[in-house]
Amino acid sequence: MAEPKITLAEVEHVARLARLDLSEPEKKRMRFQLDAILTYIDKLRRLDTDDVEPTSHAIPMVNVMREDEVRPCLPTEEMLANAPEREGDFVRVPRIIEE
Amino acid sequence: MATIAELGIRYRSGEATPTGVVRAYLERIEALNPQVRAYFTVTRDTALAQAEAAEKRLKAGAPLGLLDGIPLAIKDVICTKGIRTACGSKILEPFVPPYDATVIARLGAAGAIILGKTNMDEFAMGSSTENSAFFPTRNPWDLGRVPGGSSGGSAAAVAADLALGALGSDTGGSIRQPAAFCGTVGLKPTYGRVSRYGLVAFASSLDQIGPFARDVRGAALILQAIAGHDPLDSTSTEVPVPDYTAALGRGIEGLRVGVPAEYFIEGMDPEVEAAVRAAIDVLKGLGARTEKVSLPHTDYALAAYYLIAPAEASSNLARYDGVKYGYRAAGGKDLIQMYGRTRAEGFGAEVKRRIMLGTYALSAGYYEAYYGKAQRVRTLVRRDFQQAFERVDLLVCPTAPSVAFKLGDKEDPLQMYLCDVFTIPVNLAGLPGLSLPGGFTATGLPIGLQLIGKPFDEATLLSAAYAYEQVTPWHTRAPELA
Amino acid sequence: MSRAADYEDVIGLEVHAQLLTRSKMFCGCPTTFGGAPNSQTCPICQGMPGVLPVINRRAVEFAMRTALALHCTINSGCRFARKHYYYPDMPKNYQISQYEEPLAVEGWLEIEVGGQVKRIGIQRVHLEEDVGKLVHEGTLETARASLVDFNRSGVPLMEIVSKPDIRSPEEAAVYFKALRAILIYLGVCDGNMEEGSLRCDTNVSIRPRGSSELGTKVEVKNLNSFKNVQQATAYEGERQRMAITSGQTIVQETRLWEADRSYTLSMRSKEYAHDYRYFPEPDLVPLKVEQRWADQLRTTLPELPVERQRRFVSQYGLPAYDADLLTQSRALADYYEAAVREYPKPKVVSNWVMSELLRELLGDDEAAISKSPIPPRNLARLLALIEDGTISGKIAKDVFEKMYRSGEDAETIVRREGLVQVADAGALGAVVGQVLASNPGAVEDWKKGKKQSLGFLVGQVMKATQGKANPALVNQLLLERLPKEP
Repeated sequence: MAEPKITLAEVEHVARLARLDLSEPEKKRMRFQLDAILTYIDKLRRLDTDDVEPTSHAIPMVNVMREDEVRPCLPTEEMLANAPEREGDFVRVPRIIEE
Repeated sequence: MATIAELGIRYRSGEATPTGVVRAYLERIEALNPQVRAYFTVTRDTALAQAEAAEKRLKAGAPLGLLDGIPLAIKDVICTKGIRTACGSKILEPFVPPYDATVIARLGAAGAIILGKTNMDEFAMGSSTENSAFFPTRNPWDLGRVPGGSSGGSAAAVAADLALGALGSDTGGSIRQPAAFCGTVGLKPTYGRVSRYGLVAFASSLDQIGPFARDVRGAALILQAIAGHDPLDSTSTEVPVPDYTAALGRGIEGLRVGVPAEYFIEGMDPEVEAAVRAAIDVLKGLGARTEKVSLPHTDYALAAYYLIAPAEASSNLARYDGVKYGYRAAGGKDLIQMYGRTRAEGFGAEVKRRIMLGTYALSAGYYEAYYGKAQRVRTLVRRDFQQAFERVDLLVCPTAPSVAFKLGDKEDPLQMYLCDVFTIPVNLAGLPGLSLPGGFTATGLPIGLQLIGKPFDEATLLSAAYAYEQVTPWHTRAPELA
Repeated sequence: MSRAADYEDVIGLEVHAQLLTRSKMFCGCPTTFGGAPNSQTCPICQGMPGVLPVINRRAVEFAMRTALALHCTINSGCRFARKHYYYPDMPKNYQISQYEEPLAVEGWLEIEVGGQVKRIGIQRVHLEEDVGKLVHEGTLETARASLVDFNRSGVPLMEIVSKPDIRSPEEAAVYFKALRAILIYLGVCDGNMEEGSLRCDTNVSIRPRGSSELGTKVEVKNLNSFKNVQQATAYEGERQRMAITSGQTIVQETRLWEADRSYTLSMRSKEYAHDYRYFPEPDLVPLKVEQRWADQLRTTLPELPVERQRRFVSQYGLPAYDADLLTQSRALADYYEAAVREYPKPKVVSNWVMSELLRELLGDDEAAISKSPIPPRNLARLLALIEDGTISGKIAKDVFEKMYRSGEDAETIVRREGLVQVADAGALGAVVGQVLASNPGAVEDWKKGKKQSLGFLVGQVMKATQGKANPALVNQLLLERLPKEP
């Protein structure tokens, strides 16, 4: 089998960026599945796209804006009804540590 | 088994009442949903209350429109105020939106009744509804087979007559492919035709909401109610909405129909190919002029899609982190642990795979090679269609290379992705696409026929589909369920 | 061995200004400061599933006005992009910002330092949304949990990035001040640094004098006053000089300014934390700025601080210092000009505005000035009362304070309190006689040639008349009665 297009270290790096705690077996499986998909995707390299503009929207539109008008807010209780944890009128999260 | 239009007539003549019809549907759901598993949530009480209100309007001779009192099912990816919207995911299982999607508000204004929320592949990622975090939905034509996906619950609900029509969402084929597998009509409108406000985003530049119904007229009636500009969605256009039902009777005499050579590939189910070729002959018989066209970049569309859609999804799904709503994993000592565990426990395997793929494609050093490249290929795919539409009015082809497969048959992610090879290019180009019943296999499984139109030309799609439907028997068949 | 003095500072500033829109950048929630926690939010600025942003037109126009005032090129096409990182105050875990296609680029701002005019280049002006606010239980390091308030989430911010053209901490402060003045003039930002409407990060590097290469830059965050900008920039430059001259290398990093302790602190974070994975925001469509739109906005630009300052010097003959101070805020400059129209002695008005008015007012912004209990007309009338001799300058200062407290006009106070100046030679003559009689010592001093005793005697007369005597007349009367030049 050829060397996979994505290394285990890259899988770990991407999982960290995406905030996904993957188990060791998951990481290994992910590596081989991503490798298969990336190998398939490699066919795009056959196309010369140097002079092709990228399309971000299929239906081109510009200058969609709203007027600067205030609209009613969501009552605090309705907003917090979905919060997993709250304290008073705040949403509560576990302590923040920097990486 | 009635259609939406037929039920409307019975309401007006007094032969049927919304409360009677809704009760009958709720009973049928109770009896059959345990087998089909189309619904994730049944909204019994609100449906009955809506039925009573519709009944009053009908009795007073003042219905809100042709959908007044019509019971529909809604894919659980569309936000419904006060009704749990879980999106097939554990991470959103506890989420009750405090707002309605624009399409829900519009259906409400048209008097439609919501019977419940339908099961789906988690975050609309999948082609079989097996990726639902809760349970797989079954194909009403063969309970051992999948209904397609990701809108499998909506397609199965309509096919099993557990609703008269439904809403789904389509990012790479998620309306059309399950419509094909379940033998219903399914329409993905032009990007920007229907508001995405309140549609839980999968891939923002590709997602579009559309209708399922048993017949073309039903799909036209639902589209009429939900289409049109919405100031809450910057990508919804101000292109005027035509009268879709008025267009139905237009006929297809002289219509130029293109047959894309790249959509008849090696390895596709011969019964599907035969049915589609027969359908092309039917269209010719109705006066359409067919010609071969070429969409040379078709082969690259799937690869481009599997960069663009996961990239956008990895971004859209970043918000599910256990802070504001939805699931939060227990026991995280600090924020980083809480994030990592919540997302690891809350998302299923396919969603994680796409988040990983998308994050990788956007990460430093890879953007141009992957995401940037895919956006350029997208331009090429779009140009293919533009060139074809200089010569023809619509395209006809299969919806999917196969019919419904057995549950558990496609374990390999890439094999599953290939189910959408004929539907994905349409999303990349933002075009309208419609799938309608185009035959059955010898074993009695439905075959889908796909029509692809010019931007904002849903009317031509609907009129061609309607003409075909009038001379074929497929839509009158129903699965046998006990 | 290199010496610290051989290195020069290379400084660039990133300024974030909260725009004075009524509603947020992408939704209709209000932008007002100080609401109860989580009372100014909606599904959109909370990043709930399925919601979509829509661009606030006024925010775009405010940024365009700013770009025009800074002589920038407005890009004919611009786009929003998503910037990804996980933090609980950012509900979507991405910020809608601008990346490769900002609203405007390549402008400049003129500053004056030590009498020299210098142009600081503007690299870019772009729009983005603010994040929410975190409240830590205890400090960030020791807290067991943090609390999130999303009221600020989605408030429109404009980021203005300068080129690394600034060469000293003083220039940095002057640039920040000049930029703030422009924003206030344009009416796009209230400039309130305490409430966080205006924030500044500084990028500092050093290099050998004469070199044209850029050194490793360090970003210093958390600067919310002119003083902080100057001190933090100076500290960071010194820190780098010491590091380099002692043979260390500078690490590219972000540091936090601790204003209380006057030093910068490294915010250690690994490299991957900065992989923002920008891509064009698919929920928004690009902005296409037609020339007409830009031209029309250009016609609405007010006279800007530098131009107005120059005009104040040429038109009113004011010293540069006065003109600079008076034009820091548009409201203050407007106030000044309104007062001068009523009382056309520019330097007198300037003295009163700078010393008396600014001492009383809590700020020089629009709100503080418009709430001033002394409108320009009343100040002018007060000055007229001094000029026509009705009251003395000393009394006028008391009257000014009373006007400020009560909001009444000068005449009312002067009349009610009987403060009219005594300018009657007869009446004053009597007082002068009494003062001379009761201060023989001072008169003796005068005779001995001590000229200062005249001042003492004037003071005594003023005291006896509770300050109401006309000082010039008192002087004259005293000189008449005292022996001639000793």
